[in-house]
Amino acid sequence: MVKGMRNMADDTQPEPAAPTAKTRQPHRGQAVTRAVQGWGAVVRRKVRAGELGSLPVVLVLVTVWIIFQALNENFLSPRNLSNLSVDIVGTGLIAVGIVFVLLLGELDLSVGSISGLAAAVFAVLNVNNGVPEWLALIVAVLAGTAAGTVQGYSFARTRVPAFVVTLAGLLTWNGFMLSILGTSGTINLDENGLVAKLTSYYFTHDGVAYGVAAGAAGVVFLVSHQDRRRRKAVGMPHRSLRGIAARSGALAVIALAAAYVLNRFQGLPLALLLFLVLVAGLDVVLRRTHYGRQVYALGGGVEAARRASLSVTRVRTAVLAVSGTMAAVGGLFLASRITSVSQNSGSGILLLNAIAAAVIGGASLFGGRGSPWNAVLGILIIQSIASGMSITDTPTAVQFIITGGVLFAAVVIDSLSRRSHEAHGRA
Amino acid sequence: MPTPPLLALHGVCKRFGVVEVLTDIELEIRAGEVVALLGDNGAGKSTLVKAISGVTPADRGVIRWEGRTVHIKRPHDARDLGIATVYQDLALCGNLDVVGNVYLGREIRRFGFLDEVEMERRTRHLLEGLTRSIPDLRAPVVSLSSGQRQTVAIARSLLGDPRLLLLDEPTAALGFDQTTEVLDLVDQFRDRGLGVLLISHNMGDVKALADRAAVLRLGRNNGFFNVSTASQEQIISSVTGATENVPRRMAHREAGW
Ligand SMILES: Nc1ncnc2c1ncn2[C@@H]1O[C@H](COP(=O)(O)OP(=O)(O)O)[C@@H](O)[C@H]1O
Ligand SMILES: [Mg+2]
Repeated sequence: MVKGMRNMADDTQPEPAAPTAKTRQPHRGQAVTRAVQGWGAVVRRKVRAGELGSLPVVLVLVTVWIIFQALNENFLSPRNLSNLSVDIVGTGLIAVGIVFVLLLGELDLSVGSISGLAAAVFAVLNVNNGVPEWLALIVAVLAGTAAGTVQGYSFARTRVPAFVVTLAGLLTWNGFMLSILGTSGTINLDENGLVAKLTSYYFTHDGVAYGVAAGAAGVVFLVSHQDRRRRKAVGMPHRSLRGIAARSGALAVIALAAAYVLNRFQGLPLALLLFLVLVAGLDVVLRRTHYGRQVYALGGGVEAARRASLSVTRVRTAVLAVSGTMAAVGGLFLASRITSVSQNSGSGILLLNAIAAAVIGGASLFGGRGSPWNAVLGILIIQSIASGMSITDTPTAVQFIITGGVLFAAVVIDSLSRRSHEAHGRA
Repeated sequence: MPTPPLLALHGVCKRFGVVEVLTDIELEIRAGEVVALLGDNGAGKSTLVKAISGVTPADRGVIRWEGRTVHIKRPHDARDLGIATVYQDLALCGNLDVVGNVYLGREIRRFGFLDEVEMERRTRHLLEGLTRSIPDLRAPVVSLSSGQRQTVAIARSLLGDPRLLLLDEPTAALGFDQTTEVLDLVDQFRDRGLGVLLISHNMGDVKALADRAAVLRLGRNNGFFNVSTASQEQIISSVTGATENVPRRMAHREAGW
């Protein structure tokens, strides 16, 4: 039974210590020492096997926060954290799309251009041509989907690496954007419009943030509980009720604390809510659907996937379609944040930040390993550094160097954990 | 009229670029029969397996399934016929766990979502029939030992009740105990009425297990043997090329079949 237990990164009960405790009645202090040793052994094994999951990334985030809080006490203020939670959304959504592409072991360099193109499509349709906002919004997002699909199909068919195909895309879509914008330069969006509201609307009622936090933890509890019941019914290894409760409880505490902080400023930002809902939804798609399983399989070995009768072309096309779509959605949030679209939309550091976020958050560059939540963690770190730097008046140059250092560390960790995965036959 | 063989190949050819790797291959496998496919490294055994399983389809030749001519153009076609393959390189996705690999491409769904509980239950059941040391079903396959990976690949091939199993050197990477385990399985498959094509370099295993042996040499048939009557030396000399091609092949066909 024990051998077949699921690997739980958050296993609260240290298994190795348990048998000793049963067979003898040890001194109490001794038992505690044993338990700690057992826990240490589990952690050591997981470190060696590269199975720590998101723990190192979370530690980096906490460290960044502690450092900046020490440098400036306004860093962890509700206002700054609330702004941070909205600032991460645009780039974060783009990074989620990047995670999909990384799962294949590929890169998409066109997401910046696609985000700019989508924003331009929206602005030109809505502001310059009077198309209703909802329609312009849908067309803008579909433009991203179409661009991604074209790239995906070309990549799948020609077998040219995705980064080359999307490099061509980067230039092409940027050209499209410039030609759509024409000579108009900067287009200002309606300050009270739908797109502007994406990042300016807050649920000011305290109950909303708390309700969402409690609801999310509740859903996680119910889903794990249901899973446990089904497993138990057929006599399969399952998590303990206490484990599930502890897990959901921890989530509830974190979520409610975040809600508390957000409520002390302007409440739950709509942008953050949409971001988290999208990420959670895409996470379910990747982990719990046939489509997601195919994406992971392709990242684990194209030939193996092909021999299992998977349609490699279709999955590859669909993955780049997703990243194009997410780039477009992210572009609209970025435009919303500054309520304008210009020839600079989607250019500059955006693409690099999106890729860096996915990688820093823990998605593997080698394919097959990663989750949309990695993008959330990664963009939180990047945006925290940016925000802390601007709060402490540190020059951009230093910000780049530090972010670069974090990225480098993330890539090295990724590479090492991949190697230990391969070397570590746990027979 | 005798029942036609489960699978029959006639004149199967395969070339990679200018190199003809398989030339006019003949092969028959009947239900409830273990056929050993023998040959030196590079003789074309794996290529033949991949031609049958649709991974690299044959260029020319006829493939008959229970006497009916079929076209195997992609892995899907072979799977639909009931042909399952354990490849020499196993073809597993290292990042997916055991359950994910066993069910890859044939996931069980519940309300549109993957039914992990049911898949895990059935995987455990399947593995219990195969081995005494069941691996952690939720560990990524890269972290398993080569023997465990082999078991996973075999379990995967048994999903969906295949009628013909192609096993490409399934024991090459295994220790003594696990080799015995796999060979016992092959015996069981035969008893259940499956056809088995077994590639192995171990002449002892072939003698103990196979009903017939087909030898490939440089991409051509180089003899068919009835394993119970042919001597080990006869078979080995056919593999190494000490005995030459065509006349012996015809003679043995008549004698052995
Ligand atoms: N995809 C391929 N492209 C070119 N040559 C190949 C390919 N696959 C196999 N070959 C060649 O075909 C020959 C037979 O290979 P293979 O079927 O793997 O032999 P065996 O399994 O009997 O050892 C070898 O000479 C090998 O180099
Ligand atoms: Mg071979």
